[in-house]
Amino acid sequence: MAVAKEKRIILKYADAKGYSNDLPCYLEHGGYDMLKKAVKSKPEDICEEVLKSGVRGRGGAGFPTGMKWKFLDRKSGKPIYLICNADESEPGTFKDRQIIYKDPHQLIEGMMISAYAIQAKQAFIYIRAEFFEGARILDRAIAEAKAKKLCGDNVLGSGYSCDIVVHRGAGAYICGEETGLIESLEGKRPNPRIKPPYFPAVLGVYQCPTIVNNVETLCNVKHILEMGGDAFSKLGIPNNTGTRIWCVSGQVQNPGYFEFECGALTLGEMIYDVCGGLNPGRSLKAVIPGGSSAKVLRSDERFTGTLKDGTEFDWGVTDIPLDFDGPMAAGSMSGSGGIIVMDDSVDIVEAMANINAFYAHESCGQCTPCREGSLWMRKISTRMCSGGAREEDPDLLVSVANQIEGRTICAFGEAAAWPTQSFVAKFKDEFIAKANQPAPDDDAEGPARLRLI
Amino acid sequence: MSGNGKVDMVSIILNGEEVEVPAGINLIEAAEIHGREIPHYCYHPKLTVAGNCRMCLVEMGMPMRDRGTGEPVLDADGNQKIGWIPKPIIGCGTNVSPGMHVNTDSPLAKDSREGIMEFLLVNHPLDCPICDQAGECRLQEFAMDYGRGYSRFVERKNVKPKRTRLGPRVTLDDERCILCSRCIRFCQEVTKDDVLGFVDRGSYSTLTCFPGKELSNNYSLNTVDICPVGALTSSDFRFKMRVWFLKESPSICTESSAGANTLVESREGQIYRITPRRNDAVNDTWMTDSGRELFKQVRFESRLTTHQSDGAEVTLDGAVARSVELLSKDKIAIVGSCNSSVEEQYLLRKLADQTKAKTHLPGHFGDDDGLLLSADRSPNLRGALATGMVKKYPSDNLKPLALQLGKGAVKTLLVVNEDLFSLGITKEQIKKAKIIYVGTHENETSKVADVVLPGLTVFEKSGTFINRNFRLQKFFQAVPGPAGLVPDFLVLNRIAAELSGEVAESFGLESLWNEIGKLRVSCLKGIAFREIPSDGLALDPGQLADLPYVEGPSLNFAPAKVKKKAKAKPKAANT
Amino acid sequence: MELSKDTLTKIDEVIGRYPEKRSATLMVIHLVQDEQGCITDEAVEWIAEKLELQPVNIYEVVTFYPMIRREPWGKTHVRVCRTLPCALRGSYKTCRTLEEKLGVKEGHVSEDGEFSIEFMECLADCGKGPVVIVDEKTYEDVQGEAAEKFAEQVKNGTLAKDRNFTSYEDGLAKPRKKTVASKKKGARRK
Repeated sequence: MAVAKEKRIILKYADAKGYSNDLPCYLEHGGYDMLKKAVKSKPEDICEEVLKSGVRGRGGAGFPTGMKWKFLDRKSGKPIYLICNADESEPGTFKDRQIIYKDPHQLIEGMMISAYAIQAKQAFIYIRAEFFEGARILDRAIAEAKAKKLCGDNVLGSGYSCDIVVHRGAGAYICGEETGLIESLEGKRPNPRIKPPYFPAVLGVYQCPTIVNNVETLCNVKHILEMGGDAFSKLGIPNNTGTRIWCVSGQVQNPGYFEFECGALTLGEMIYDVCGGLNPGRSLKAVIPGGSSAKVLRSDERFTGTLKDGTEFDWGVTDIPLDFDGPMAAGSMSGSGGIIVMDDSVDIVEAMANINAFYAHESCGQCTPCREGSLWMRKISTRMCSGGAREEDPDLLVSVANQIEGRTICAFGEAAAWPTQSFVAKFKDEFIAKANQPAPDDDAEGPARLRLI
Repeated sequence: MSGNGKVDMVSIILNGEEVEVPAGINLIEAAEIHGREIPHYCYHPKLTVAGNCRMCLVEMGMPMRDRGTGEPVLDADGNQKIGWIPKPIIGCGTNVSPGMHVNTDSPLAKDSREGIMEFLLVNHPLDCPICDQAGECRLQEFAMDYGRGYSRFVERKNVKPKRTRLGPRVTLDDERCILCSRCIRFCQEVTKDDVLGFVDRGSYSTLTCFPGKELSNNYSLNTVDICPVGALTSSDFRFKMRVWFLKESPSICTESSAGANTLVESREGQIYRITPRRNDAVNDTWMTDSGRELFKQVRFESRLTTHQSDGAEVTLDGAVARSVELLSKDKIAIVGSCNSSVEEQYLLRKLADQTKAKTHLPGHFGDDDGLLLSADRSPNLRGALATGMVKKYPSDNLKPLALQLGKGAVKTLLVVNEDLFSLGITKEQIKKAKIIYVGTHENETSKVADVVLPGLTVFEKSGTFINRNFRLQKFFQAVPGPAGLVPDFLVLNRIAAELSGEVAESFGLESLWNEIGKLRVSCLKGIAFREIPSDGLALDPGQLADLPYVEGPSLNFAPAKVKKKAKAKPKAANT
Repeated sequence: MELSKDTLTKIDEVIGRYPEKRSATLMVIHLVQDEQGCITDEAVEWIAEKLELQPVNIYEVVTFYPMIRREPWGKTHVRVCRTLPCALRGSYKTCRTLEEKLGVKEGHVSEDGEFSIEFMECLADCGKGPVVIVDEKTYEDVQGEAAEKFAEQVKNGTLAKDRNFTSYEDGLAKPRKKTVASKKKGARRK
C-alpha cells in the first residue's frame, strides 16, 4: 500500500515557485475572498461552522476550537480580544514560521474572520522575538491589508472594525502558555495565572474575555469557511478532523515539515518513507512524537488497548497513526506536531539532560514545584553526564518529576515532568549503566561521540 | 459577611465530616474554623490570592452525577460516589461550594505537601543557627509537621545576595526567600508603594528593589512580619534575641488614635520588639514602623524615677501628702493628657469635681497618612471626652489656661504628662502657681514643678484606650516599671481619696470600672472591665459623634461627617 | 537620556496601539535596546516614566527575558541553538567551532567587543538544524565542515555576501515587480 500523499491546504502556496509574501500575490490566489464572505455572514454562523468542523487547536493542547469560542463570555459587556499565539517555541516545532514568513496574509485573513466571528474589538499577534524578520513581514502585511480596508476600520465597508497589533516577545518559552502570554501582553512578567478563576475566555487580557489561538488553527478557520464545516469534518478521521502540519527533525535523512490529513499515515511511514529513513548504518532508538514536552517512545515498545470508538489496537512505534488520538493512546501526545527522531548513536541520558536544561532555563519561577523541581532535575542530569551518576539517580529523577506533575499553576509542570518520567521509565537500563561510566571526554572524536549537553 | 449581620452558611464535607462554614470563604479559612490546619505560605487573609507556593494543595471531589441523566452515581453500598479530582487543588484559591468534599489528609494531599516541602528546602540555605526567624519560621514548623524528614538533595545550592540592605529598617537575605510574593503584594496593595519586585527567572528569581530605590515607607516592617521565612528581617531586631525567650503581652499602639493592636515582646523586664496583633476592625494585621519604635522611650535617660517635693527627693507618701496639701486649696487647674488611659482620665475628672478645678486638654495633631497614622497623634483623646473630663474638642495649645494664669485665677496646677512651655504657656505666667507634675519623662515643666510624681509608660501599666473608631481597647502591662513606682491610676486614686479625708483602699481596674460604669451620661455606662473583649468593644458615641474630629478616611475608618461616597478606602483588598 | 527622533516617534506610535500604556513595555524596551544596544538603569527609569509605572515594574521585565540585555553584546552577535533537535545534529560542536574561530567563549563578549556567542533555546527551524542566527538572519545546516567555513565568514565579516550560506530570510521569494498590465482583475491561479 502506497504511503499517503501530502494534502497541502494551509501550505498550499507557501513553497510554490514565485509565491511571495506580499498582498498582490495573495490576492492573485483568491486571497481575502473568504473575508468578504465572512463579513456578509452572521458571526454566530461562522462560529457554528467552526464548531461543526471539529477542528482542534494546533498549538499543543488539541482543545476543540469551536468549544473554546463557545466558552467566551459575551454577556459581560467588556470588549473581547483575539490573540494569535505566534510564540512557536516548543522544541521540534517549526510550522508556524513557514506560515508567518511565506504566507502571512493567510494568517491575517484567518484572524480577521475569527475576530469577526467572536466580535473582537482588537486582535494581537504575539510573535517570538527570534522571528526578527517575521515581525516586520507581519507589520508590512497588516499595513497592506489596512490600505485595502481588509483590516482595521470598517472592514470592507461592513461597519466592523478590528485592528491587529504585532507584539514581540523577548525569548521566553512560557509566553507560549496562554495566560503567560496574556500577562506578557499586559506588560508584566509572564507568570501564568491560576485557573480558576482566570480562564481567558472570561478574565483574559485586561480582565476582558479573550480567545488565544495558534497560528495554524486560525489559518484553518479561513478554509473551514471556504469548504464549510461539514466538509472539513470529513477530512482526516472522526474527532481528528482536517490536516496537520507535522515537523520532523533529528536524525533522519530528509527532515522538514509536511502537511497531511489527520490519520493519513503512521509514524513509521513518516520517518522511513517521507523523511527517507535514518542515517546510513543507524537504527531507530527513540522518537518523541509531539515536541519535547511529549513522552518519549522507545523503538521496540508495543502499545495495546482500546480506542475511544471501541476498536482495539496493538501497535509498534511505527504503527502509531499521526493524528491527535493516536499518540495519546500510545501514552504520549501529538502536541505541537514536532517529531524528534533519535537513532542508536544517541546517549539517552544526555538527550534527557538537554531537555531538562531547556525546562530549567525556561521555568518562570512562580510556583514552587516547577521552579525548584526543574532545576533539581537539571542538576541531577548534568551531574550524571559528567561522571557523577549514581544508581539511585533514575528513581530520584522519577520521584522528583512525580512531585511536579499536577501540582503546578500551569501545564509547564507536566511538560517538564513527562520527558524525565518517560525517559527513565523506558530506558532505565541506560540510566543504571551510567553509574558505572566515567565522565565522557569532550575531545574524543569518533562518529558516535555526539555531545548533547 | 453580609451587610445585615447575618452570615450565609454552606455545608461541605471536610475529611469525611459534614460541617457548616460561612459562604464565600476559601478552604484554608474553612478548615481553620474547624480546627484543621492547611499549611500555606503565600496566602494571607489581607492580601490578594497568588496561589504560587502550592503548599495548600488538598484533595477535592464533588458528588458524582451521571453525565447524561444527572442522576447520582451510586457505589456498592448505595452511597453516592464521590468524583475525586485526580489533581490536587489549592485551598487558598478555591471557595467553598455546597456539597463539596475536601480531604486535607488523604495520601495525595500528604504527598503533595511533602513534595512541596522538599522543594522549598532544596535551595534553602542551612541558616537556622543564625537566622532570626528561628522559632517563628513557617518553613521550620511545616517541615516538622508535614515534611518528609530527610533530604535527598546532593547537588549544589543556588547562591544569591545575602544580608543586603533593602531599606533603613529591613535587611534582605535572598537565599532564604521562597518567592511567595507576600511582600510585593503588600507594598502594591496596602501601602501603594510599588518598590519591590522579582528579577531574573526560574530558580534564580531574586527579590530586590530597583537600584537607587529602597523600601523606606512607614510600613516597611510589616513585610518582615508577613515574610514566612527569614528573608526579610528587622535590622533593629537582628541578632538581638531568640524569639522563644520572648514573652508576649497584648497592648495598643500609642502613636495615634488609630489604636493599632500590638504585641509587646519582652524578656526579663526588657522589651525587644513590638509586632502588630490582628484586629479586623481596627488595623487588620498591620502597624506603622514609627509606632514600633516607641518602646525605646522606656529606657531613655530622661526617665523620671524618683518622687520629688519642693526640690528634694521624697517617698511616694511624701509626694502624695504634699500634692493633697496643694490641691486642698482653691483655684486649681488640671491639665490632662490625651495619652492617658480612660481610667486615669476618669480619675482626673473625679479630682476636678472634688477640687472644683477647670480642666484643660491639649491635643497633638499631625498629617493623616490614610492608613494607620491618623491626624490625631494621641491614643485616647476620646477617652477624655467619654469620661467627661473635658466637654469640648481639644485644640493644640493651652491659650485658655494662659489667660487664666494671667488673671491670677490659678494657684495650683496638676499637670499630667504634658510640657506647658511648648503649648503656649510662659515661664512668667507659671511663676505664681504651684505645679504638681505626673509624668514619665523629664521636660521643662517637670524641672520647675513643685511636686513630681513619676508615671509609668503604656508598657508598664494596664488600662484602656478609646480609638478613632470609638472602640474601647485594653492594653496590658508587659514589663515592670522603675523600682518603687506604682501605676498612675493608683496614685491619682489615692490623692482623690485623701482629699476627701478617706484612706485609699488599694484596688484594681475592675473595681475602678465599677465606678466608671456608673457614669450617667456616657458611652461607658454599664461596662464591666472583665467583659471588654480582647479585640475591643465598639462604643456608641452618641452626642460625641458631632465633634470636629480631625481624622480622615483610613483603613477600617470613615469619618462620620464626610459625605456618603467616601467610605473607608479598601486598603485591605479582598480575594 | 538621549534617544533619536526616529526612535522617539516610533515609541509614541507604539504606545498608542494598545488600550493600556503598560502593554507597550516590551515593544518600547525593544526600540530602546535596538538603538542603545542594551537597557541601562537610566533607560529603565526613562521607560518607567514614559509608561507611568514604577522603575521596578520595568526592571522586573527587563531581567526576565534573555534577549533583553543589561550590557551590550559584541558588534557581531552569534546565536546558536542548543535544544535537542539541533543538538542531535551537532550544534554543540558548531558552537565550539565558533568559539575557537572567533576567540570568545559562549555567553561572553570578546575583548575587543567585536564578537559574542550565545546559546539560545529552540529557534523554531529544527528541520534544518543546527540553526545559527547572526545579526538577525537565520542560517541553517551549520554543521561539520560547513560550520568551519561559516565561522571563517563570520570572523571576516563576509557572511552576508557569501553565496554558500543563504539565510532563511534571504531565501524567501521576492515579490514580483508590479506592473499595471500584469494585474488582471479577478485573475485566479488554482
